Order: sequence, then structure tokens, then C-alpha cells
Amino acid sequence: MSATVTQAASTRRVATDAGRARRRRLANLSATLLCAVATAIVLAALISILATLVSRGIGGLHLSTFTRMTSPPGSGGGLLNPIVGSIIQTLLAVLFGAPVGLLAGVFLAEFGTGSWVADVVRFVSDMLLSAPSILVGLFVYLILVGPVGHFSGFAGAMSLAILVIPIVVRTTEDMLRLVPTSMREAASALGAPRWKVVMLICVRAARRGIATGILLAVARVSGETAPLLFTSLGNLSWSVDLRAPMASLPVTIYQYAGSAYDDWVQLAWTAALLITAGVLIINIIARIGLGGRDST
Amino acid sequence: MSRERPPLSGSPTLETAQPSGKLGDWLFAGIAWGCGIIVLLLILGIIAVMALGGSHALQVFGPGFLVHAVWNPVVNHYGAAAPVFGTLVTSFIGLLVAVPLAFGVAFFLTEMAPDWLSNPIGTAVELLAAVPSIIFGMWGFFVIVPVMAQDVQPALIDSIGHAPIIGRLFSGAPFGTGLLTGGLILAVMITPFIAAVMRDVFNSMPAVLKESAYGLGSTRWEVMRKVVLPWSRVAVSGGIMLGLGRALGETMAITFVIGNSNRIGASLFSPGNTIASLIALEFPESPAGSLKLSALLALGLILMVISFITLACSRLLLRELRV
Repeated sequence: MSATVTQAASTRRVATDAGRARRRRLANLSATLLCAVATAIVLAALISILATLVSRGIGGLHLSTFTRMTSPPGSGGGLLNPIVGSIIQTLLAVLFGAPVGLLAGVFLAEFGTGSWVADVVRFVSDMLLSAPSILVGLFVYLILVGPVGHFSGFAGAMSLAILVIPIVVRTTEDMLRLVPTSMREAASALGAPRWKVVMLICVRAARRGIATGILLAVARVSGETAPLLFTSLGNLSWSVDLRAPMASLPVTIYQYAGSAYDDWVQLAWTAALLITAGVLIINIIARIGLGGRDST
Repeated sequence: MSRERPPLSGSPTLETAQPSGKLGDWLFAGIAWGCGIIVLLLILGIIAVMALGGSHALQVFGPGFLVHAVWNPVVNHYGAAAPVFGTLVTSFIGLLVAVPLAFGVAFFLTEMAPDWLSNPIGTAVELLAAVPSIIFGMWGFFVIVPVMAQDVQPALIDSIGHAPIIGRLFSGAPFGTGLLTGGLILAVMITPFIAAVMRDVFNSMPAVLKESAYGLGSTRWEVMRKVVLPWSRVAVSGGIMLGLGRALGETMAITFVIGNSNRIGASLFSPGNTIASLIALEFPESPAGSLKLSALLALGLILMVISFITLACSRLLLRELRV
């Protein structure tokens, strides 16, 4: 009698255990599925963006796109001046921003360790990294455009330079921290002054990572639109004068994409394809250089 | 042996090099400190310039600037309520969609996918983060908006548009643009950022903790929910705040799809505005020294303060991880 009772109880327990195991398996399966679906959605977004860009942009990819200026709708314009303008402003931005960012990164990694100033600078730089870029545009407008009275390519380059700085600061500091202390000590023991230790030993050892950071900065700012709207404004005719408004690919996309002319919209898509392809290729190169490690 | 060695021929030059090395050290340290201070001054400058420029509007309208939903250049009356509302609503929708998506991606990449799959997918997700925001805007305008107008919004209106309370959110004309579309585009944009942080956090967890849970017979999901998430919740919230910070200040993508209207509508389909998109649109029509420009700068100051607080929280939460 008692034997059958225990037997019944144990079968019941086995039954509930089996039910619980099934529930757990089911929960695991559905979570797994949902996560796979989430990943698929994100990948689908990327593929959709790339496919749209290629299918709509490739039609406008002629040689004349690279050799002609922007011109009124219907007259077969190209993208020469926005391409040149973008390159000039991006290069200038890196030329101004990268040294400041590099030295600020050196300050954080080599000189400021332990001081509260370095902590504040690091905090602020990280904040600048994700701060709304349109505010940077407003800032530069108020100090470089407003007082002068006209928009300029120089102001555009400066607003991009402000965006370059925090990216370079971050990668430089991270990369310098990877340089072993023993290398600094060895160089100092040989009598090298501190600046030589830092610039010729540490920075040289970390140069690959630092270059990668600068590349990532180029990729980031070459697609920026918002800060250029109020600084270099865009220019529909040829101009490489830094004191005058200067065209750029992103601003041209902004002006053309919303227009009612088919050939302008076509050029906007082609410009979008060009800029995205450029940005993604630079990113892939940078990622290979960095060994696949992300550092946004 | 060593005593017999003649003095190093280089030692005199070393001694003469010493003072110049000291000078170089002083100079170099000074320059490095200076560059660090430049970064500090930049952010202070941005805040100061916004505050200075916006002070005129803030004086004219007082605290009412924050609560008035008017933007009327004709009578020169401006209020920040509509763009602030739009900014918060779109960012909230963006987070609501992006957080589960990012969690799914991070879970998939760290726990489920084998290396040969997770590496290329991880790279693809990071590339999505690198796509310029204006491209998201064009894509949203030409691809997502038609889908929203023809399929998604009519379906939502038919299904839950008649529900008692939440129906208000899903009513109105299906234009395709509006707060919901803006929020969805933001979600796609910030998902890679949040996913990257989550992935780093999950990867930085000591393997022993996970292995012990697996050893006790836990399923993958149980390990995730009961071991990994509790361990990493501080850093994960930091990543979410980072995504929020990005969403708040996003300009170009939103400008294309938000619909640009300075009203506060109950419906998520109604066109709206965000601080950043309003600045981008109205700025070219604001002459220097005008009250309108000052109002835009005051808006910029509000945006700066909101994103400053968000990003500061994010950095504090991510302090140990430094992602």
C-alpha cells in the first residue's frame, strides 16, 4: 500500500519535472529565436540601406558626375565641387583636430595620470564624442561666422575639427595605455628626456592604433551634415576659397534630396552612395588595422 | 675591466643635452596640458556661447519659454514645449525599440553564434553605426515612410486605433511621417551603439560565473537572465543611456521624416519636431541678432543640458568598463 503511494508520488514528481523541463526548454528556444530575429532585423536594415543606395545611386555614376560642377536642374550637372569641398574640409579638419587630439590623449595617458584635471578632461572629451553635432555647428557659427559676417569653408573645417578631437583623444589614450611601462622606464634609464620618451618611444609604439583612430575620425566627419549647415553652408558654384562658402557632399545631399527635380534627386542618391561607400571602406580598413576591435 | 674603460665619448654631449632636454620637457608638458585644457574649454565655450546667445529669448519669455507650444515668427512669439516634447517622445520610442533589438543582437553575438558567424555579423552591426546620419534620413524618407503610410499605419489604425485609451496614440491620418517614424529611424541608428556596449559588457564577464551556471544545468536563456544580466545591469544601463544621448541630438535623419510641425499632438502619427530638427530648419531663416535666433540658441542650450545630463549618467554607469 505504502509502496504504491510513494510510487504515485514519484511519478507525479517526474511528471511535473518533465513539465518544468519542457517549459524551460521552450523558454530557451523562444528567447533564442527572438534574439536571432532581432539580429536579422538589424542586418536587414543595413542590407536595405545598402541595396537602396546601390540601386538608386548607381544610375547617376557617370564620368561626368566627377568632372562637372553642380548646376541648375536639367542641365546635366555633376558633383565635382561638393567632392572637392568635402575633401578639403575633411583634410583641414584632421590637420587641425588630430594634433590637438593626439596631444590631449598624450596628456591623459602620460602627464595627467592621477590628477583631477585629467579626470575632468577625459569625462568632457567622452561627452564631446557623443554630443549633438548640430550644437557644434551653432557654436562655430557664433564665433567664426557671425562676427565675420559670412559663411566660410574655414568655419566648416573648424566645426569638423572639433568633432575629430574627441575621437583621436580616445584612441590615443587607449593605445598609449597599452604600451608597457617597462619601455618608458628603459628609455628614461638611458637618459632620454621625457618628451623623447613619449613622442619617440610611446607614440611610435602605438602609432598603428593612433593612425586607426585618425582614420575613424575621417570616416566620422566626412559624413557629417549638421555642423556644416551653419558654417560652410554649401556652394553651388566652384570655390576653393576658404573664406567663402564651400560645397560639401553631405550638404549637397540635403539640398538635393528634398528637391522636386528628378536629376537633382538622382545626384543626391549618387552622392549618398559615394559618401557611404567611402565611409564604410575607411571603417573596414581601420578595423583591419585595429585587429577588429571597435572603439567608437 | 670596467674601471679600465675610458669615459663614454657621448657623456659630455649628454650633459650638454640635459638643459635642453629639461626645456623640451617643460615645453612638451606645457603643450600637452594646453591641449587637454583646449578640450575642456571647447565644451565650456559651447555652453557659454549658447547661454549668452539664448539669454535674450529666455529673458523675454521667462520660464514660460519651456511650457509654451508656440513657434510664431510673425508675432515673434516662441516656446520650447513642442520641440522638447518631440525630442523626448521620439527618443523614448527609439529606446523602446532599440533596447530589445540591441539586447537580442548582443545575446546572439556573445552566447549563441559560433565565431565564424559572430565576427562578420558583429562587423556588419558596427558598420551600421558608421553610416552617416543623413543616409538614414534619405533611407527613412524614401523607403520607410511609404511603407509606414501604406501598410503599417493603416493596419495600426484599424487594429488598435479604436481601443479606448491607447487608441488615441494610433489615430489620425497615415501620412507616413511623424513621431513614430522618427522614433523607429532613431531605433535603427542607436541599436548598434547599445549593442556594442552590451556585447563588450557580456564578453568582459568572468567565464567562471557563466560556466558554473551551465554546469548546474541552466539553459542559455537562464544563464543570460539570472547570471549575466544581474551581473552587468549597471553597465548595460550605461550603454542604454549612451544610446539615448545619441538619439536626443540626432538631426539629419529626424529632419527628413518627422514632418516638421510645431504642435503637440496626442497621436504618434502626427507630424512633430525635435530641438535639433527645428534648429536645422529654422536657423537659415533667422537673421543675426533676431529674437528668433536667440530662441533657437536657447533651444540649443536646453538640448545641451539634456544630453549633458544623459551622457554624464552614461559615463558614470560605464566608469569601470570604459567603453
